[in-house]
Amino acid sequence: MFKKKSKVRASKKRSYMSELWRNYKKNPSAMIGLIIVVVIIIIAIFAQITLDYNQDIVQQNMKERLQKPSSEHIMGTDQYGRDVLVRVLYGAKYSLAVGIISVAISCLIGSSLGLIAGYYGGVIENLILRSTEVFMGIPSVLLAIAIMAAFGQSLFVLMLAIGLVYVPMFARTARAAVLPVRDEEYIEAARVSGVGDLKIIFSHILPNSLSPIIVQVTMGVANGILTASHLSFLGLGVPVPAPEWGAMLSGGREFIRDYSFLTFYPGFAIMITVLSFNLMGDGLRDATDPKLKQ
Amino acid sequence: MKEKDLILDLQDLYVRFEVEDGVVHAVNGLSLQIERGKTLGLVGETGAGKTTTALSLLRLVSEPPGVVECERLIVDGKDVMALSQKELESFRGNDIAMIFQDPMTALNPVFTVGDQIAETIAIHENISQTEAQKKAIDMLELVGIQGERADEYPHQFSGGMKQRVIIAIALACQPRLLIADEPTTALDVTIQAQVLNLMRELRDHYKTSMIMITHDLGIVAQICDEVAVVYAGNIVEYGTLQDIFNRTKHPYTEGLFNSLPNIRDRKAELNPIKGLMPDPTNLPQGCPFHPRCPYADEKCKEEQSVKWVSDTHYIRCIAYEREGFHIKLEEKR
Amino acid sequence: MLRYILKRFLMMIPVLLAVSFVVYFLMDLAPGDIVSSMAPADASEADIERMREELGLSGNIFERYTRYIGNLLRGDLGMSLSMKRPVINVFFERFPATLKLAFGSIFIALVISIPLGISAATNHRSWIDGTSMVLSMLGLSMPSFWLGLLLILGFSLKLGWLPSGGSGFFSAIILPAITLGAAQAGNLTRITRSSMLEVTRQDYLRTARAKGVAENVVIRKHALKNALIPIITVFGSTLGNALGGAVAIETVFSWPGVGRLTVAAINVRDMNLATGCIIMFTIFLTLTLLIVDIAYAFADPRIKAQYSR
Repeated sequence: MFKKKSKVRASKKRSYMSELWRNYKKNPSAMIGLIIVVVIIIIAIFAQITLDYNQDIVQQNMKERLQKPSSEHIMGTDQYGRDVLVRVLYGAKYSLAVGIISVAISCLIGSSLGLIAGYYGGVIENLILRSTEVFMGIPSVLLAIAIMAAFGQSLFVLMLAIGLVYVPMFARTARAAVLPVRDEEYIEAARVSGVGDLKIIFSHILPNSLSPIIVQVTMGVANGILTASHLSFLGLGVPVPAPEWGAMLSGGREFIRDYSFLTFYPGFAIMITVLSFNLMGDGLRDATDPKLKQ
Repeated sequence: MKEKDLILDLQDLYVRFEVEDGVVHAVNGLSLQIERGKTLGLVGETGAGKTTTALSLLRLVSEPPGVVECERLIVDGKDVMALSQKELESFRGNDIAMIFQDPMTALNPVFTVGDQIAETIAIHENISQTEAQKKAIDMLELVGIQGERADEYPHQFSGGMKQRVIIAIALACQPRLLIADEPTTALDVTIQAQVLNLMRELRDHYKTSMIMITHDLGIVAQICDEVAVVYAGNIVEYGTLQDIFNRTKHPYTEGLFNSLPNIRDRKAELNPIKGLMPDPTNLPQGCPFHPRCPYADEKCKEEQSVKWVSDTHYIRCIAYEREGFHIKLEEKR
Repeated sequence: MLRYILKRFLMMIPVLLAVSFVVYFLMDLAPGDIVSSMAPADASEADIERMREELGLSGNIFERYTRYIGNLLRGDLGMSLSMKRPVINVFFERFPATLKLAFGSIFIALVISIPLGISAATNHRSWIDGTSMVLSMLGLSMPSFWLGLLLILGFSLKLGWLPSGGSGFFSAIILPAITLGAAQAGNLTRITRSSMLEVTRQDYLRTARAKGVAENVVIRKHALKNALIPIITVFGSTLGNALGGAVAIETVFSWPGVGRLTVAAINVRDMNLATGCIIMFTIFLTLTLLIVDIAYAFADPRIKAQYSR
C-alpha cells in the first residue's frame, strides 16, 4: 500500500548509504545485531593486543586442568589447564577473520562473474551459470573439505576454501541484480555514446546491484563462520592448538559428561556471532528494500 | 417518503485503517439505499473509498488494521453487522457477491476454473461434487465460454475470459445483490463493451440488484438507474441518472464531467479538476472538497450539509444555496 | 511431460561429469603419493611405475579421470586403501544410514516449519510471529554439532531418555534427526512465512472469501497450495544442506553414515575412498534436485504447461 521506490544511481551513492542507515536504525533487532558485531570486533582486537599467544593461549598448565567455572576462571579451564574465557575471547579473531576474508574472496570473484554474466549475456552468461550450478551441486561442507584436502590444512586455505564455496551464490545474486537494469535505456544510451564496458559496469550497473550484494555479504559472513566452525570441529579447519571455537568445542567433546562448559561456551560464542550477523543481514535486507519488509 | 423495498440499507458507514503512519479515514459516514432490482453507480476518483465501501458490505475489510462502524447495514433483510462468522460465510457468495477489479489476479492460479466456480456452488447449495461441477460448466457456458474449458487453469485464459469466469463465480448462486468493482477497467476497450453487455444481460436475466463501481461516466450512463458520486469517503451528490447527468448540482460532479474529453470538439483542452484528492490521514475541515472547489468560500472550510434538491436528488454542499451559484457545464453530452 | 523428464536427465549428464571432475581434480591435488607410500622400501622406479599402472594411477589427470569415470559406469570406484575393500561396497553399506538421517531430519524440519511458518504469517506481527522468528533465527545460527552435543548432554547423559549414539534401533535416530532438522527448520520456517505472507496479500484469496469460503479453508487450501511452490524450490537445497550437515552430525552421534566415513577417509589419507564418497554423494544430490524440479512442475500448473510443450 505505501511503497517507497528506491532507485539508486552512481551519483546518489552517498544519499543511498544515508537512506540505508536511516531505514536500518529503525529496526531494533538489526541494531542489536550491529552492536554485538561491533562488540565482538572490539573484543577480537583487544584480545589480540593484550594477550600473548604463546603464554596465555596455548601454554599448558596441567596443575589447573579441568577446573569448573569459578571467580578465578569464569568459564573454567580445559584439559590442559588453559583458561576457557581467555581462549574464547582470543578465538573471536579466527571466526571473524575467516568469515570476513572468505566472504571478501567470494564477493570479489562471485560478484565480478555475476556482473560479467549479467552484462554480456549470451554464451558467457550461460557458461558462468552452468559452472555455478556445478559447484552448487556439491554440498558446501563437502566441497570445502575437498578443497582443504587438496591444498593442505591451514588458516589461509580455510579462508580460501570457504571463499570458493560461496562464489556461486554471489555470482547468482549479482547476475540476478543486473538483469532488470541491463536493458534499461540509460545503459543503452551510455553504450551508444561510446562509454566503455568496464565504466558502464562500475558506474551504472554495480550501484544498482549493490543492495542484494550487501545483504549477501552479511549473510555470507554468518554462513562462512558456521562452515568454518564445522570444518574445525571435524579437525579439518584451523589446526590445533589455535583457540578456534569449533576446534575448542571438538576438544571438549570427550569431557562433556562432567565438564560440559568446555563445549558449551565455544558453541555459544559461535551462535552469538552468527546470530548477530544474521540479524544484521535481515535488517539490511529490510532497509535496502522497504517493499520486502514484512 | 413512501416505504420502499430495499435490497441494501446502509446508514452512516465509517471505515478507518489504523496503520503505522497514522489513521486513514477511508469512508466517513456514508449512507446508501438501493431498491430491489435497481442498479446504483458508485462514481469517483481512485482512493475515494468506493472499494472499501463495497468490501464493508461483505464484511471483507481486514480488521485489523481496518475498523468498520455503522449505524445500520441491512442486505436483503439481514443485519450484516450482527452475523456470526459462520453466517457470514453462507451470506457471502449467496446473498451478495462481488466482481473484482483485476481479473488477472482475482483467480487462484493453481485451481482449474471449473473447480473455482464449483466451489462456491458446493458451499451454498446442498448438492454433490459432481452436480456442482456440472452446474459450474453450465455457468461457464452462460458467460460465453465453452464448457470443456472448465478443466483449464486461469493462465490459459485471456483477460476478458477471466473476467467472464469471475462473473460466473459471482452469479453462480444467484445473489440478490451483485457488486462490480470496476469490472472492465483492466480490460481492452473492445472487450470492455462485451463484458459490460454480458453483465447487463445477466443482471436482467436474474433480476439482480447491482452496485457498479466505476470512474467511467460512460459506463454509468449505460447501466445505472441511480448514481452516487463519492468524494473522500462520502457521497457528495446522489440522484437518478437523469438528476446527475442533466441536473448536475455539485461542483465536484461538474468537475468530473468537465474533465471528460469532448468528442464534438477535439481541439478543446481537457479541463481536469485542479489539485489532488485530500490525504485520507488528514482530511480538511468542513467540506473535504473545498481546497479544490472554485466556488468555495470561508464557510465551506467550516461546515457542510446535505441539501435535497428534489425527492430523488441530494447534494452535500452549502455553496449551492448562495446567490450567483451556477454550475457551468460545457456542452458536450 | 515424459519428454521433459528425459530431456532433463540427458542435460544432467554434462553437469554430473563436470561435478565429478571438479571433485576428482581437487582430491588429486591432495598431497601424499599413495603408491610410493604403499610400495615396499626396496621397490625400484620401474616397480613403482608398474604398481601405478595396476592401480590405474598412471597418465595425466584427464586420462586418469576418463578411466575413473569409465570404471564408475561399470560400478567400480577402485579400492579403499584403508579398508582393503572396493569403495563402492563400502559406500553402499553406509549410504542407507545417511539417507535415513537426511530424510528423518527433513521430516522433522517440515513438521516443525510448515505449521510454524503458516501460523506466523496468518498471525502477522503477533507474539506467535515474533516467537517463531526468534526460534527460526536461532535454528539458523546455531552450529548443528553444538546443538547435537547439548541434546546428548540433556537427553542421554542427564535424563537418560535417548541413546547418545549408535544405530539399529529406532530411538537412536531421534536425536540426530532433531539436531539436523533444527537448522533446516529455521530456514524453511522463514521461507514458509514469507511465502505465505506474499500469498495472503493476493487478490484471489479475497475472491475466495467473497465466495463464502471459510477462513481456515482459505488458508489451508487456497493459500497453502500457492505458498508451497517456493517452498518446494528450496527443498532441494534443504536436502543438500541436510546431507552436508550430516557430515558433522554423524560424527557427533557416531552414526554409521557416509559423512563420517568421508571425514575418516580424509584423516587417514584414503583418497580413493574420499573421492568416491564425495562423487557418489554429489550424484545423488543432483538426481534429487532433478526430482524436486519435476515435483515443482506438478505443483504449479503454469510451469507444468510450460514443460509439456
